[in-house]
Amino acid sequence: MPILEVNNIKKHFGKTEVLKGITFSLEKGEVLSIIGSSGSGKTTLLRCLNFLETADEGSFSVAGKTVFNAADTSTLSEAEIRRNRLHFGLVFQSFNLFPQYNILKNITLAPTLAKCGTPEEIDQKARALIERVGLTDKIRNYPCELSGGQQQRVAIARALAMEPDILCFDEPTSALDPALTGEVLRVIKDLKSGDSTMIVVTHEMEFARGVSDKVIFMADGVIEESGTPEEVFGHPKSEKTRAFLSTSLEKI
Amino acid sequence: MIQEVLISLNNGFLKTLQLFACTLLGAIPLGLLIAFGSMSKFLPLKGLIKTFVWIIRGTPLMLQLLIIYYGPGLLLHNNIWGGGSEGRLIAVLAAFILNYACYFSEIYRGGIESIAKGQYEAGQVLGMTKTQIFFRIVLLQVIKRIVPPMSNEIITLVKDTSLARIIAVYEIIWAGQAFIKSAGLIWPLFFTGLYYLLFCGILTLLFGYIEKKLNYFHQ
Ligand SMILES: Nc1ncnc2c1ncn2[C@@H]1O[C@H](COP(=O)(O)OP(=O)(O)O)[C@@H](O)[C@H]1O
Ligand SMILES: [Mg+2]
Repeated sequence: MPILEVNNIKKHFGKTEVLKGITFSLEKGEVLSIIGSSGSGKTTLLRCLNFLETADEGSFSVAGKTVFNAADTSTLSEAEIRRNRLHFGLVFQSFNLFPQYNILKNITLAPTLAKCGTPEEIDQKARALIERVGLTDKIRNYPCELSGGQQQRVAIARALAMEPDILCFDEPTSALDPALTGEVLRVIKDLKSGDSTMIVVTHEMEFARGVSDKVIFMADGVIEESGTPEEVFGHPKSEKTRAFLSTSLEKI
Repeated sequence: MIQEVLISLNNGFLKTLQLFACTLLGAIPLGLLIAFGSMSKFLPLKGLIKTFVWIIRGTPLMLQLLIIYYGPGLLLHNNIWGGGSEGRLIAVLAAFILNYACYFSEIYRGGIESIAKGQYEAGQVLGMTKTQIFFRIVLLQVIKRIVPPMSNEIITLVKDTSLARIIAVYEIIWAGQAFIKSAGLIWPLFFTGLYYLLFCGILTLLFGYIEKKLNYFHQ
């Protein structure tokens, strides 16, 4: 059974239809890359999955259990939304670390408030995550004392601390200096071997090609093309995909 | 004579401090309620609160004080404050608290609205409740931003307490002025300025300390 099944998600803001029916599924442990030009609805899709936006139509389920169905959202209480959204984690383009807390506290805050274990367990797990993203020497530092790449690695550890079934990344390296993108992409790559299921919105074509099991190319709110990296990058069927790929390769 | 003056001024200053402390104690939380009201999605409430804040900020505190003290007696023929000094003190505090709560509310609102949307969203996707997000993530960042404007208002309040003398609350200016009539002395009134200076100096140091304490992080 797929870990995630997304069924005909639609979303509009005012008169513009941003998502025009998105359907896909993902197996446990798979990495899905979503590519597409800016404005095509990639962020909106991730925000719908994380309940930051409410889709107008469609549904999605995690491990066979429906966690969202636009047809009966009114029945969802705030507590239920909180529980359902914890199937997902989201790493933002702009990190959004909590500036007043040090790195350790940034990671332990949410598990502590949600009472996901004893303080010692939470602390130990946070330290393990910090080691995994290679920042053990920064554990007592504050976000403002870290580089962008380091902040993003903390944000990844913070999201992992809630043990989401599916971790979403929204252009995790777009706000970084080119020199710092490598360290973040390496951390994401390492998570793949750790059996995490991930959805990565990215403009890093080489990364998408090398790491993903599946690639989706989005254009104007629809999935224009999807398949294995080999299919989408090697033999794109759609004219739009070919045009997009050639312009994004030009940039490199 | 000097001793007599100092005792009288000290007593007056205690009343000033009492006005100052009680006003802060009331206006700081009331301001937060007004701030939430002025950000409410329920438009009638928002409109009502905004109009109220406009009226309070758009008219002199002295006028508000007079209306609150004399208004009930003149308009409703019912002096709810009573005749005694206690009633006058409560009327003054009511006017000060309402007035300062409105100013504070605008500072709070500016502070709360300046917090990046991403901070709320980061808390949300980590499964936090709205209350947790406000108290554990947003509040300290708001405090850091509002310390400078709040310290300005609070220092203004120290001096605004002197308005209480117009309805005969015996604060320090009243005490100093009394010596002009009773003993023909003018210096006690001028001497009150030193009390204000000293107290505002202490407050300035305190706010500087808080600002420095919160300097360990940047937004
Ligand atoms: N909150 C919003 N209100 C109105 N329009 C929005 C909002 N969020 C996104 N949009 C619009 O939706 C479209 C898709 O945006 P987005 O999902 O951010 O695309 P992408 O991430 O692929 O660049 C854009 O045209 C954007 O202007
Ligand atoms: Mg985007």
